[in-house]
Amino acid sequence: MTYVLTGDSAPLSGFAGMRAKVTTLDPRMRIVMTALYAVVVVSLSNLWVLTSALGLSLSLLALSGLPPRETLKRMAMMDSFIIFMLLLLPFTMPGDAMFSLWGLEASWQGLWRAVEIALTANAVILAVMTLVGTMEPVTMGHALFALKTPERLVHLMMFTIRYIDVLREEYQRLRTSMKLRGFRPGTNWHTYRSYGYLIGMMLVRAIERSERILAAMKCRGFSGRIILLEAFQLRRADLLFAFILGAALATLIWAEVHYAAT
Amino acid sequence: MHIVDGALSNPVVIAGAVAAVGGIAMGLRSLPLERIPAAGVLSASFFVASLIHVPIGPSSVHLILNGLAGLVLGWAAFPALFVGLLLQAVFFGFGGLTVLGVNAVNIALPAVLVGLAFRPLVVRGSPLHGAIWGGIGGALAIALTTLAVAVSLMLSGDEFILAAKLVFFSHIPVMVIEGLLSAAAIFLARRVKPELFIDARRPLT
Repeated sequence: MTYVLTGDSAPLSGFAGMRAKVTTLDPRMRIVMTALYAVVVVSLSNLWVLTSALGLSLSLLALSGLPPRETLKRMAMMDSFIIFMLLLLPFTMPGDAMFSLWGLEASWQGLWRAVEIALTANAVILAVMTLVGTMEPVTMGHALFALKTPERLVHLMMFTIRYIDVLREEYQRLRTSMKLRGFRPGTNWHTYRSYGYLIGMMLVRAIERSERILAAMKCRGFSGRIILLEAFQLRRADLLFAFILGAALATLIWAEVHYAAT
Repeated sequence: MHIVDGALSNPVVIAGAVAAVGGIAMGLRSLPLERIPAAGVLSASFFVASLIHVPIGPSSVHLILNGLAGLVLGWAAFPALFVGLLLQAVFFGFGGLTVLGVNAVNIALPAVLVGLAFRPLVVRGSPLHGAIWGGIGGALAIALTTLAVAVSLMLSGDEFILAAKLVFFSHIPVMVIEGLLSAAAIFLARRVKPELFIDARRPLT
């Protein structure tokens, strides 16, 4: 189903065989632990402790059975978005001079701040991708509902997840027909207008599709409630995993406090 | 346009999360269950549209289209765009987890504001008239979003002021493109299916 979400090439079902270990754990526990993990890592500031946090995320990646190269590539893509902001920091943060470039002073403090942000961002997003991103999107919806997320928000998410693939295929069909008519994108008014019409057409088709969906749902006795079926069980392995990860986080906090004191 | 974990100060992150919860609650209140299929399908189309790369000179930009989302969905754009950001963070690794609230406010609040202010103008008059206002709204939403990103960076520390300014000025071409695209999209939608811009609170017939 939702292969747009989990990778451009392979349908999600192809991934299933590879994702063996973390995926057997309770999704609710994984979501809660990920949130806890993010909060703890964001509150850390010592560079050595943050490096160990990134190491912890990498070991989670190894444990998750996700293809490491593609996952790290995806993480690097996020880094490419923030690299400019990070490169600017040494020059904009006052502190001890490191070197000067075209009359601009770069400071050590700025460099360390940039490294701190990069480590935090990567450690958190890697943990999110390995612990939560390995779930079936639909399972994530059910687990969020089990964790008391408002019902309508979950339904909205489920519909979004369900139709991302459908609409992407529709987008590609429209693009193909544009290509067949000789459309080649460039920096000109014609391109922007054509893309605009493309998006407008997608919205029109989307709303018409949603009318058909609602009619089909009503036909099957839709009464204003959608039942979310999925029974989650907290097993011993889940508790063990939560305990080990919790202990690791506690160690990180301890190390941070310890370093701060010295 | 996504801010990552670790860059912002705690007060900004917490304020963003609280504001996002409020915005989502407002959005869900204006969303009866009957409208959820429509909102979900539209939310999915905005997710797909954000994957489109539009050429600009030698480079390309990817679309956000939050202004258009606000015009079509109204307050419901808040939860819809939040869902998109959540899915992007979890499955694509864009953005972060603790900053999800800040990112949602930065992108969805301008969408809602533009939607509330411009929807009456977009629905009225000829399709061309609606398209012009829609284009202005689309560009304004991006301008407000970059401004919000800049403000959240600046509130977190003086060292981000330069980065914040760069974020704003480097996005001016994006504002123009989003404005043009939104105008064209609205022009087409107004001619093909004017009901697209009816009040989102009204149940579908």
